[in-house]
Amino acid sequence: MNDMTRLERTVDSKEIKIAANNVQVYYGDTHAIKDVDVEIEDKTVTAFIGPSGCGKSTFLRCLNRMNDTIDICRVQGDILLDGEDIYDKRVDPVQLRAKVGMVFQKPNPFPKSIYDNVAYGPRIHGLAKNKAELDEIVEKSLRRGAIWDEVKDRLDAPGTGLSGGQQQRLCIARAVATEPEVLLMDEPCSALDPIATAQVEELIDELRSRYSVVIVTHSMQQAARVSQKTAFFHLGNLVEFGETGQIFTNPEDPRTESYITGRIG
Amino acid sequence: MALSWLLLILLALAVIGYFTGRSRALASAGGDARDLHSLPSYYGYNVALTALVPALGVLIVWLLVQPMIVNSTVSGLIPDQAIPEGSERGLIMSEVRRVANGLNGAIAAGALTEAQAQNANADIDELTTVLKGAGQVLTQDVTQPILIAAQKYRSMTGAGSVAMQVVVLALALLGAAFAYIRTHKEFRARNVVEQGVLALLLLAASIAILTTVGIVLSMLFETMNFFQLHSWKDFFFGSTWAPNFRGGSELSILPLLWGTLYISLIALLVAVPIGLFAAIYLSEYASGATRSLAKPLLEILAGIPTIVYGLFALLTVGPALVSMFGSGGALGLGWMASSNAVLTAGLVMGIMLIPFVSSLSDDIINAVPQSMRDGSLGLGATKSETVRQVVLPAALPGIVGAILLAASRAIGETMIVVMAAGAIAKFSGNPFEAMTTITTRIVSQLTGDTDFASPETLVAFALGLTLFVITLGLNIFALYIVRKYREQYE
Repeated sequence: MNDMTRLERTVDSKEIKIAANNVQVYYGDTHAIKDVDVEIEDKTVTAFIGPSGCGKSTFLRCLNRMNDTIDICRVQGDILLDGEDIYDKRVDPVQLRAKVGMVFQKPNPFPKSIYDNVAYGPRIHGLAKNKAELDEIVEKSLRRGAIWDEVKDRLDAPGTGLSGGQQQRLCIARAVATEPEVLLMDEPCSALDPIATAQVEELIDELRSRYSVVIVTHSMQQAARVSQKTAFFHLGNLVEFGETGQIFTNPEDPRTESYITGRIG
Repeated sequence: MALSWLLLILLALAVIGYFTGRSRALASAGGDARDLHSLPSYYGYNVALTALVPALGVLIVWLLVQPMIVNSTVSGLIPDQAIPEGSERGLIMSEVRRVANGLNGAIAAGALTEAQAQNANADIDELTTVLKGAGQVLTQDVTQPILIAAQKYRSMTGAGSVAMQVVVLALALLGAAFAYIRTHKEFRARNVVEQGVLALLLLAASIAILTTVGIVLSMLFETMNFFQLHSWKDFFFGSTWAPNFRGGSELSILPLLWGTLYISLIALLVAVPIGLFAAIYLSEYASGATRSLAKPLLEILAGIPTIVYGLFALLTVGPALVSMFGSGGALGLGWMASSNAVLTAGLVMGIMLIPFVSSLSDDIINAVPQSMRDGSLGLGATKSETVRQVVLPAALPGIVGAILLAASRAIGETMIVVMAAGAIAKFSGNPFEAMTTITTRIVSQLTGDTDFASPETLVAFALGLTLFVITLGLNIFALYIVRKYREQYE
């Protein structure tokens, strides 16, 4: 946690990208998320921490309506992206997911070539006019995913043949390729070794300059290293939300303090 | 003594062995089962198994081997000149067996004495009369060599079965005694029974495998007989199928193979898209309730006997097709003369294969990890884009495997084509014409009232073996593909 001071933490004067008000999520009869209010800023890394089953991943999946794919899941309350309710009937969840990209816990490259993996989103959304433009998008995305140098000579090789850390960076490049405004990351490093984790964390910090990044993590050190804002979830409630330095050094809520000092978890 | 009595005695020995073994073990531990190495019943099983298994093994082998030895010995007794023109040694041997059985039957009925039956110089005419009078069936009049051979056959079989009974019973008793003496509280009966269980399982597995080998071998021998009577070049490379029971037939597999493949192709053209789309709907779109209702309903199709599909083809699909494509039909095309056609058989066979394709594809699509779908949906792809571009490519090898398995079923399918495809062997691309398949011809070649040794009948085995090789090859190829696919995600 000594790294905390290393990162710049000037987060004021950023505009609000996503605002959630009074969000409730139910899985069947289970009340999974209770009264969550959160404001996620643009060009900031926001970390969701909390013990397993506290609802942080569920809440993350509300932000791009991935929960729609689960039949028994109901979401109430408002989630505003740039001031527009994403659960409004006029919003197409498919378009929304192109704007709010997602990186998953386990690297999940498609069983296609590295090139086709990255080109998947642009092709679906018709972002490239021709092959040259698509090549450009793929290269740019792979560079942003910090994996271009490792794969530029083997773009035709299958994405599944890369190492775990490379696969995860490929997935980040794939998400970046559709030009999202927000990147959601659901425990992106939990399946990776420490070296790959460090590479992905470095990448997350770079991504901050273009995107609003929301990351769910089990590792408090990771949250402290990469994020500017931290939200602590416990039993479906948002217990505390504030600047990362504040949360880790001087938490207001006793439950937050218990969690970051390892007494509950 | 009949075989059933022998088996009953063996069983009784085993039961007695079980109880004595169990009580001896208990006695050796002073009545306290906790001092025994194994549970008391294991000692009982040990004695029972040791008595039963070797005895039964020898019994089975003996039953298989004795007729072979007797046959070869007896058939050596028949001089070549005793075989009439146009007949064979095998036919004479069956006559010998009939006479031997007749003698047995006559003795049992009291028409002959044992001494009379064994008298090699008996008056043949008189004996024939006696046998016929005793109600024994003889196809030709008994000749001297046949009588001698039959008498030899009788005596050898009789002596053999007495010897067999003695050996088997002795083995059972010896085994029981051996295990009984070994029974002691230190004896590891549990481990021995474990070995017995292993032997039992091995036996079951090897019966299944040996049966396959047996089927292949029996087909192979008859096929070799066929190729001695008919040129293999005509069979594999000829162009005409024209069996003629007066001889001089042209028996080529190619027109039949064409019909088989053509009908199978139509069946797959029907079954693969429908089955695959049904599988995609069930696994990707349907809600849990729909799925639990629709999947069993779809699989009911798989439980319908193929003869019912045949009736459906004959009574419903065929006439419906004729009323569409026949002369004076709804389309006024006049293409289809009869309801027996490649199209009829292919369509109905396709319907039969739908549940087969859909259920296999459904399993394979479900095996594609959810994370693949999430990844695609998370990039803003719609459900059908996800299915088309991610799920299906990932599942493709498995689906190809499913299609190949369906193809091998289509190729081997008999009942539908017998009823709906017609009986004309020809090369034609017209799906409205009647054609015939390998399986249909096997049925018709074997069910006629013909000489079994003629090439017209034996060709059925060559056809069957070729069919077997084709479907086996397809199955192996399909399993190879499916297995290769499975390795990707596990």
